[in-house]
Amino acid sequence: MFSLALTDYDAISLSAKVAVTATLASLPVGFAVAYVVTYLKFRGKVLLEVVINLPLTLPPVVVGYFLLVLLGKKGWLGPLLESVGIRLIFTWKAAVVASAVVGFPLLVRSIRIGMESIEAQLIQASRTLGAPWYDTLFTVILPLSIRGIVAGSSLMFARSLGEFGATIIVAGNIPGVTQTIPLAIYEYVSSPTSETMAVSLCVVSVILSLVVLFLHEVIGRKLVRRA
Amino acid sequence: MEIRVAAEKRFGSFTLAADFRVTGERIGIFGVSGSGKSTLINLLAGLYEPDRGEIFLNGECLFSSANKINIPTERRRIAIVFQQPSLFPHLSVKSNLLYGFKRCEPEQRAIDFATLAAVLKLENFLPRGVNNLSGGEKQRVALGRAVLANPRLLVMDEPLSALDDTLKFQIIPYLKSVSEQFRIPYLFISHSLVEMRLMADEVLVVADGKIVEQTTAEELALARMGQSRIGYINLLRLSSPRRLDGLFAYRWSGGELLISAGDDQPEALFELSSKDIILFKRHPEAISARNLLRGTVVRTFVSGNSIGVELACGGQRLVAEVADQAVKELDIVAGSELFLAIKASAFRRLG
Repeated sequence: MFSLALTDYDAISLSAKVAVTATLASLPVGFAVAYVVTYLKFRGKVLLEVVINLPLTLPPVVVGYFLLVLLGKKGWLGPLLESVGIRLIFTWKAAVVASAVVGFPLLVRSIRIGMESIEAQLIQASRTLGAPWYDTLFTVILPLSIRGIVAGSSLMFARSLGEFGATIIVAGNIPGVTQTIPLAIYEYVSSPTSETMAVSLCVVSVILSLVVLFLHEVIGRKLVRRA
Repeated sequence: MEIRVAAEKRFGSFTLAADFRVTGERIGIFGVSGSGKSTLINLLAGLYEPDRGEIFLNGECLFSSANKINIPTERRRIAIVFQQPSLFPHLSVKSNLLYGFKRCEPEQRAIDFATLAAVLKLENFLPRGVNNLSGGEKQRVALGRAVLANPRLLVMDEPLSALDDTLKFQIIPYLKSVSEQFRIPYLFISHSLVEMRLMADEVLVVADGKIVEQTTAEELALARMGQSRIGYINLLRLSSPRRLDGLFAYRWSGGELLISAGDDQPEALFELSSKDIILFKRHPEAISARNLLRGTVVRTFVSGNSIGVELACGGQRLVAEVADQAVKELDIVAGSELFLAIKASAFRRLG
């Protein structure tokens, strides 16, 4: 039987909130980083690319641990953030940071593919027609990499919905506060009597993923038609 | 317009080392693919930064490695029409045309949008997207977009090479008329001598990354006649055709030229190779060639292993190519009267 507890609804809304916030917050940074690695030539570019892609290859738990070291009370950045009144660890915002870091390489990679598919001569034409680099960025590169942006956002949103390892380390698993769908499923599966609840949340997960993929396809097709 | 360049740019094993000064309103850059033509214009437009040297346009320094001057591309006001039209696919024809116009200072906007759209016959396309335009229409939009940016110099980087022959010669009048009407000097880049002669006066010849010759388009074509498989191309703009026994008779120096590749269009441009003109000392008895003209030798010149004979036929000028022996046998010298035989099928329609 399909049934959801009150805390499950919290987990669903929190998952959506974390995924939306992580995606929206990462988009401008991801776009800027994709621009830098696609168009600029500088020393240490390979190193930057390795760092950007590192969360793809690291176990999410390791990413979570590094974030804890960085943002914890005794971490490198934690005290500084606390001094300005920002507490991240074991809050939903920590889940956002974890999702953003883990999904970031997927976002950058997709936007970069979009940017690389833009003919170099379009950018050169824009510059010779009097547009400074930032003008070209917003009037040519941004609109022409929109498919990459949509693809990257969908991937990042989906990755955020499924994020578990890093989130449990930095945000914990507090029902109603930091418990997202994967964490709630993990808790149900750990208990021998809650299998039905776990299955119900799995069904919700599948539905959410289908909706994201469906939207991705619809928007993608619209953009292709427009192009 | 005056361009002065003394600059170097290295790409792996290829080095462009340009050192020239050229003045004029219709300048050509001629050279084979890979000779460095595009690199040169990219340096001029600021799309590439030279390793060292100086670039001046009308006395203004655009780049100087010694004085650490490098005017950014967008402030050089050098617009480029590329080989591929490179139109912004997300913008309409009108927005493409206005892209540069909106970005130039109001006091620099000397060209009226509506006039230009009319000259380029683009009025009916303005609200349309650019993806469904034909190759020729796209290139006209690219030309209009560059001109509306009110550049000091218009660079045309092989703008015709992606078009088929028919379209190519339809576009040339637009390229010329836009530049003349709006008084924009241009640099025309091509590896085609015919295009060069139609578009440029002064020509810089680029080979292996260096400027190896500075001449006129006409002189360049004459000098290369002997090395060319197709010889020197006589360009004939003919008008008022009438049908005659399956051929087309065009008005020519008081008489008529019979051409098989003609049509009913009132005016047409034809090419005729110097190798397709046969010279006779006396009027031949009976020949199959449909055109027999009288001409006076203006001069003879050597080009490779061939001798070029420049002839005045009525008010027109034709160049024929003959062997050294023929010059002696026919006693061809300046002032000689000769007969020229040309087959009706020797003419090729260009546009």
